[in-house]
Parts: sequence; C-alpha cells; structure tokens
Amino acid sequence: MKGSPVPTGEGSPGASVATSTSPGLRPPTRRGTELVMLAFAAGIVTLALILVELNQERSLSLRILWLGLAYLGLFACAHLAVRRWAPYADPAILPCVALLNGLGLVVIHRIDLALEGAPSADGTTVWDPVAFKQVIWTAIGLVLFAATLKFLSDHRTLARFGYTFGLIGLVALMLPGVLPGFIAPEINGAKIWLRIGPLSIQPGEFAKVLLMVFFAAFLVSKRDLFTIAGRRFLGMDLPRARDLGPLFAAWGVAVAVMVLQKDLGSSLLFFGIVLVLLYVATERAAWVVLGIGLFSGGAIIAWKLFTHVQQRVANWQDPIGRYDVFGGGYQISQSLFGLATGGIGGAGLGAGRPEMIPERNTDFIAAVIGEELGFVGLAAVLLIYMVLALRGLRGAISVRDSFGKLLGGGLAFALCFQVFIIVGGVTNLIPMTGITAPFLSYGGSSLLANYILIALLLRISAAARAPQKAPKPKPQQPAIADQHTVMVERPK
Amino acid sequence: MQLTRAGFLVLLWLFVLAALRVVRSDLYAASGLRASGLPGFRRSEKSARGSKAPRQLVVTHGALTGTRISLDGRPILIGRADDSTLVLDDDFASTRHARLSMRGTDWYVEDLGSTNGTYLDRAKVTAPLRVPLGTPIRIGKTVIELRS
Repeated sequence: MKGSPVPTGEGSPGASVATSTSPGLRPPTRRGTELVMLAFAAGIVTLALILVELNQERSLSLRILWLGLAYLGLFACAHLAVRRWAPYADPAILPCVALLNGLGLVVIHRIDLALEGAPSADGTTVWDPVAFKQVIWTAIGLVLFAATLKFLSDHRTLARFGYTFGLIGLVALMLPGVLPGFIAPEINGAKIWLRIGPLSIQPGEFAKVLLMVFFAAFLVSKRDLFTIAGRRFLGMDLPRARDLGPLFAAWGVAVAVMVLQKDLGSSLLFFGIVLVLLYVATERAAWVVLGIGLFSGGAIIAWKLFTHVQQRVANWQDPIGRYDVFGGGYQISQSLFGLATGGIGGAGLGAGRPEMIPERNTDFIAAVIGEELGFVGLAAVLLIYMVLALRGLRGAISVRDSFGKLLGGGLAFALCFQVFIIVGGVTNLIPMTGITAPFLSYGGSSLLANYILIALLLRISAAARAPQKAPKPKPQQPAIADQHTVMVERPK
Repeated sequence: MQLTRAGFLVLLWLFVLAALRVVRSDLYAASGLRASGLPGFRRSEKSARGSKAPRQLVVTHGALTGTRISLDGRPILIGRADDSTLVLDDDFASTRHARLSMRGTDWYVEDLGSTNGTYLDRAKVTAPLRVPLGTPIRIGKTVIELRS
C-alpha cells in the first residue's frame, strides 16, 4: 500500500488522529478525499467508454463526450449536495456508487451497440438504445438522493413515522397485484410493474426501503419487551404474540405478496433482511436458526405448489442439460458460456459478445461484465460492493442511537444480499431469481430506490462521524422569587 | 489492445485499493486506536504516553456495545433524550440520566436525578465522583468505561 499513487486528500492518518485528540479542533470532514476518489472513478468510466468505442471500431463520436460529461456533471452535483447537507458523511460511499453506476452505464451503452442492427426476438429490427434513458434515471436518482439529504437532516425523525411507512410500503407492494392489467401489466410472468404513461415503475423496490424503516423503528421500540416479557419454550425465550404480532403480520404479508406476484428474488431478499434485523436487534442466534428453518419449510412448500419454482430448481441443477427445454436452462447456460469465454482476464471491454446473453441489461449484467472484464474485473466489482456494505456497517456501528444502528445495518445488509442473490444466480451458485444488480442494471425504480438507500446510509454515517454538538444551553429562567407578579383578570 | 485490456483491470483494482486505503485511514481516526506499525502515528503516541488522561469513552455492555466517543473536554450527557451525547434506548434509563464532566485532568460522573441510579463499580453515585480509567459505570443495562 505504501507508495500507492492516490493522494489521501486532507485526511492522512496522522493528521486525523492529531485533530481528534486536541480539543477545540474539528475532525476532518474528508470531503476532499471524496472528490479525489470521484475524479478517479470518473477517469475510469471515461476510459471504459473510450475502450468500448475503440474495440467496436467506431470513431470517437460526440455521443461519448455527451455521456462522459453527463456523468461527471451529475456526480459533481451529488458531491456538492453531500458537501452542503451532510458534510461529515462517509468519504468512500459516494465514489463507489459513482463507479458502479458509471460502469453500469458503459456496459448498457456497450450492449446498445451490440444490438444495433441485430434483429430482436420477434424478428423486427427496432433498435432501442437504453443508455440514454439510464442517464436520465441516474439524474432523477441523484435528485432524489440530494432531496433525501436535504429534507432528512436527522435520520431519527424517520422512526416517528415507522407505522406510516410500513403501511405505505405494504400498499405499494400490493398495488400492482390488485390493479387491472392495463395499469399493471404482466411482464415476463411477474406482475410487479405499474405503468403510468410512458413510465413503468416497480413500487416493490421502494416498498423495500419503506418496510425496512418500519421494521427498524418497530424493533427498536419493542426490543426490551422481546427479551424480557414472554415465556420459555424449547429452551428459547419466545416473546408474547402481541409484541411480535405486527412484525410477523407485515413480514408474512410482504413475503406472501411477492411470492404470489412470482417475484421470487425480492421475496428472498426481503425475508433475509427482516431476519437479519431481528437478529441484530435481539442478539439471539435462535432467531436465525428459526428463520432458516421457516425458509426451508417455505421453500419446500413453494417448490411443491408452483411449477415456476420447480423449473428454476431444475435449471439450477442442470442448466446445460435443459438447454432446449421451453423455460429451461437456456438463460443460465448462455450466462455461464459468457463467463467461460471471459476466463481470468476477460475479452476486453467492447470485444465480447453480450448479445448472446439473454436479459443482458438487467438480470444478467454481471455475466456481461464477467465476459468482458473476466474474473479479475468481476472480482473488483464485487469488492467495490463489499467496500460499500462495509462502510454502511461501519456507520451503523459508530452511530450513537439504536434506530440508526438497526436501520444502517439493515440497509447495508440489503445491498450485499441483493448482490449475492443476483450474482449467485448468474454464476449458478443458487437458483436464478430475477432481481437487479444495484446500480449496475438498467432499471429506473431499482436505481431510484437504491439512491434513496445510499442517501440514508450517508445520513447515518454523517451522524456517526460529526463532532458532537455542545448541549443546548438551557434558557435562563429567573428564580421564581425574582419573577414579576402579574395580575390576571378572571374571564367573564 | 492487450495492453489497454490489462491496463483497465489494473486501474479498476487501483480504485479498490484506494477505497480500502480511505477505509483504513478512517478506521484508525474514528476508533482512536493506536496503530504502532504506522509511521504517521508515532509522534502523537509519544506525546500521549506521558499523561494517562482518558481519551475515549467505550460502551462495554448493553445495546450500544462497541460504541466509542472520543473525549474532547466537553461534558458528556447520557440519557434517553435525543440531544444526549450517548442516546440510550433502555427502559431502565432516565431521560437525563447522568453526566460526565472534566475538571482539571480528571473526569467526574454525576447522577442527574435518575430513577434507577448510576453506579460507579458497585457504588451508587450520589455526589460527583472521580472516574478512574477502566472503571465500569453502570446506567440501566448499559455499562461504559473510560479508556486512554
């Protein structure tokens, strides 16, 4: 690490220790470090874009400049927003997000180029470039990000609206299931979209964040009751039903709705998040054992009941053998072929054949990255996710209130678990369940929801790192003997 | 072409290393741990060794276990109130439970009229008491101590 070319900005280790020990000096905000890292990320993304264009043997068109500049401008604004509204936020989170989002944009642009002129599935040659749309979604996402930072000056205010958020989240989750087909069309077998004019959004993505706030607020307010009141059963302290009821009700409804909407990835994600929140809040390993037991039971029942679950499991066990079966292992096989083509070092950006992989923009984007950047590149991308989750957990550990701890831990875990589910599916480690790779995949709702999630993490880390404010001076009230006597008229 | 391919991967990994470097420097700064192996730390360590002044408050038991607050001379309010320095979420703690304040070079703990009391290593705190290094202070279900 010594002699690494990256300047550490204003926060070299020696300097920060010196300031934190000498009273009166403010700890470094490290926004300079963040700016340097953002510039580094911007450099990598621009280079990636140039490589794609060169490998595709295209002249460096003006569009490249457009995409690159849009990217730089957007994240400069995000950086300024953080500087303004959360000056003590963690310096590593935003650059990691920026790099992931930028790489996602480049890969999506690269897939656009691959599809140019190629006939689409139904034989028509309509070329629909989506990179531009993704830039727009990123812009909207960053606006939401800045708005969250601006209007949420203290994450603890969220705890007060816990039940409201929980209710909105559940309603949002159910909305596409109950609305008629012209507003909520069924796409790829899952009825999770809402179509408003030209936009289609997935309310479930936002519901996840809302419900996480609810669970964290609920668990913090009821934590003591769980561990004290209740009776012992099979060597485990079970809380009373009325303490835990709302939690299990919301959890059960949410998971059931997602399973009925055939959104298996989201239901697994949500199940895992609540389990971890429960474990973090109570510090009882028994909950994890119980949860995994429940999950196994639920999974076996789902496997018996639903044919699409059986299909997924069969594809997972033998993707290549079921290559030609309808709804069989074609997708996973192609993804595995792509990863195999990439090998250790990858084919080079823009030199692979991503058009061979199905759903390349969304679910299988990790396979495209694996093909073009190889194992080395995909591992780097996964490590960036790890740094992101690490910083989130770090913020959660050092923040001084338990709601922030629980929410921060939950959000960071959600990010990591989402990556595990999708990359595990793409590499055939676990059965494939359709879910987006945070920040990489094409998809507006996922991007917006994840930007809100990152804003919350930054807010929590800012609260953890900011110097403590001096306690508010009490308004000096004169002693009661010194106060004037005031004659008050009796109302007539 | 091969060169750019490898170069890009190297750059990607350099970013990861840079991010981890930020994480590392931040780790030491935030926790106040002294890393003897790092050259940047030697000077500050030497100057701190002479005085055994407490430099941080560590929560050792309870829901907030692991939380550290570096001491900068300002008083530390502990309680369930939102504006406390250490916000406890504990049914056995009062809104304004206790205060740690510095007089001279020593830290003193005083109870702010809490319902369940503050204990300095078994002894109930009724008047401001000097807090030696590493002595547990029990507030509700939370235990904190001062460390250098």
